[in-house]
Amino acid sequence: MQIRPTAGWWDFRLGEVWASRELLWFLVWKDVKVRYKETVIGAAWAVLQPVFTMIVFTIFFGRLAKLPSSGLPYPVFYLAALLPWSYFAGALSGCTNAIVENQRIITKVYFPRLLLPLSVVIAGLVDLAIALVVMVPLLIYYGITPSVGLLLVPAFVLMALLAALAFGLWLTTLNVMYRDVRYVVPFVIQFFMFASPVIYSASAVPARWQWIYGLNPMVGVIEGFRWALTGTGRPPGLIMLASFVAVCACLLFGLVFFSRIDGSVADRI
Amino acid sequence: MAIQAVEVGKMYRLGERESYTALRDVLANLVRGALGRGRGASARAERPILWSLRNVSFNVEQGDTVGIIGRNGAGKSTLLKILAQITRPTEGHIELRGKVGSLLEVGTGFHPELTGRDNVYLCGAILGMTRTEIQKKFDEIVAFAEVERFIDTPVKRYSSGMYMRLAFAIAAHLEPEILLVDEVLAVGDVAFQKKCIGKMGDVSKQGRTVLFVSHNMGAVNSLCRRSIWIHEGKVVADGKSQSVVADYMQAMGSGSLVSTAKGNEPLFIERVVLRNARGEVTDQFDSGDDICLDIEYVANGRINRPNLWVQIANSIGQGVCIANTMFDGHSPDFLEGPGKATCVFRAPRLTPQAYAIWMGTRAADGVTLLSNSKDVAYFSVMGSLNDYGLMGPAADVFLSDFPWPIFPYEWHFPATGKPPVSVEMRAAATARKPD
Repeated sequence: MQIRPTAGWWDFRLGEVWASRELLWFLVWKDVKVRYKETVIGAAWAVLQPVFTMIVFTIFFGRLAKLPSSGLPYPVFYLAALLPWSYFAGALSGCTNAIVENQRIITKVYFPRLLLPLSVVIAGLVDLAIALVVMVPLLIYYGITPSVGLLLVPAFVLMALLAALAFGLWLTTLNVMYRDVRYVVPFVIQFFMFASPVIYSASAVPARWQWIYGLNPMVGVIEGFRWALTGTGRPPGLIMLASFVAVCACLLFGLVFFSRIDGSVADRI
Repeated sequence: MAIQAVEVGKMYRLGERESYTALRDVLANLVRGALGRGRGASARAERPILWSLRNVSFNVEQGDTVGIIGRNGAGKSTLLKILAQITRPTEGHIELRGKVGSLLEVGTGFHPELTGRDNVYLCGAILGMTRTEIQKKFDEIVAFAEVERFIDTPVKRYSSGMYMRLAFAIAAHLEPEILLVDEVLAVGDVAFQKKCIGKMGDVSKQGRTVLFVSHNMGAVNSLCRRSIWIHEGKVVADGKSQSVVADYMQAMGSGSLVSTAKGNEPLFIERVVLRNARGEVTDQFDSGDDICLDIEYVANGRINRPNLWVQIANSIGQGVCIANTMFDGHSPDFLEGPGKATCVFRAPRLTPQAYAIWMGTRAADGVTLLSNSKDVAYFSVMGSLNDYGLMGPAADVFLSDFPWPIFPYEWHFPATGKPPVSVEMRAAATARKPD
């Protein structure tokens, strides 16, 4: 094995990440295990948070403001969006702190640093899976049958994961350099929510702006979730493509940015 | 060849390590740069740089045990950090053959909420073991740490001794081909140092390669055939341990253990040399040894009736004993120019752990501070409480957060009908069991 100064822009060391996949699973498992340790209701928190937000949204944006919901009952309309959204928001803020929070380990042991943000976005999937279960009684109650698009849910989840990782790599790197970032991130996430079709439907955006709107990857993910779970609306085609391209570009440059500080993170932290 | 280092260098921009930047400063610099013709923009370039290591080249054969010696801040720890891949070199490269493991700090990656069992897996994986390796060694690790009964208890409920034993047991079962040991980072825990040294002996007997950073010249001499002496980021000597260590000790005697000279203080401590009762320069003492400090100072002009204090502080910065002329009233009539003062602590019964010397001076008024330096020198009190005749169940554990010297005391338990028992730390020579 060779130790060298950081070599160029494209030195991601992804081979090392693959070689330490076992450690990745240990980190994911730790995250999941620690998260609800010593809480009274444990994993029920994963369900309660989106459900309560759904109730609040239903009352205020639905019943009071009467925002259009593509003909769907408000609880279904909002929950279908809140599930991927909560996952994304949680994964993104977890990612931001992934490096800084583990500085004790980082300054003592070497392993591919990429595992830290990666483990956060993967561990969040467990919460998402638990929360998805709530959707079932809700759909039955309103008598809604999901479309065949249900089979595409994993693809939408993967997209949300990549999006959280892509933005997360930028933010966690910035957080190492400037600790202001941790104060900015909650605000960014809030802003992001208004730029995503959580409260409203994506069809509210004029058709000629759809492709720009689609550059926000969560647009495709959330619309995709609504379509897959409820069978209403159109499958997000063009939007999804724009999202995919945007995420890939963002992820690639996120990796470049992240690997720039990878070699010196122990000195900077 | 196990390790081949070629012209390795590591540069730090001063300030980079001390604190992160706030975005505010960057913005302020940008604004200043725009207004003040690039003054802010060049601020980064103007920051002083420091080569912690420069042009360091050496080879280590497989199976060799090599000591790395040098003063604090010489670059020894930076070298180990580069070898452990914690930080990358700025220039040069290193070729490593085999898996690298380090005893830089134990307990890394422990999560307090998780049980001992979970932590063995987690910590083992972070240190580079595979799941099957951990499974295979699990029972051995737990037995070594003597925590069988508590293995399913969260480690936050462990005593510090149990915690350290488990942490060390994991590190000790790593079995890397190249083992890096930094005694400096493990300081504060003499029991652990002893275990480290024992483990290193085992490892090198198995034909593995060991790099050992230490201030303990006795251990370096006995464990390492070869030593590398690093001074100000450069290799100044590389060869047989006996001769390198002898040269190093020679230089320390004529150089200093730690210099705090800044040059502009009215009275500054140039160096502090620690000696034992036999007058030998050392940083290793037994509890109850005289600790003799030669303090070389430089007074700018004549300073009448200055007040001096010398304090021994433990590894977490708590003072444990002090000599202070403001209390004893024996300040010197004057100090002038360069000179030497000596302060001897007579037979302090310090508990075994790492200590630092802090010292300072005030003017005759007792208020004006002339100098004040923490950590002007370091030393360790060797052994464990066991070695001094204390035989309780916790007497062989981690003492780094144990501030108290142990003075003789007695227990009276009239209810048991037994006579009172008296306890004291005895001299190591009488208490230590024959090996």
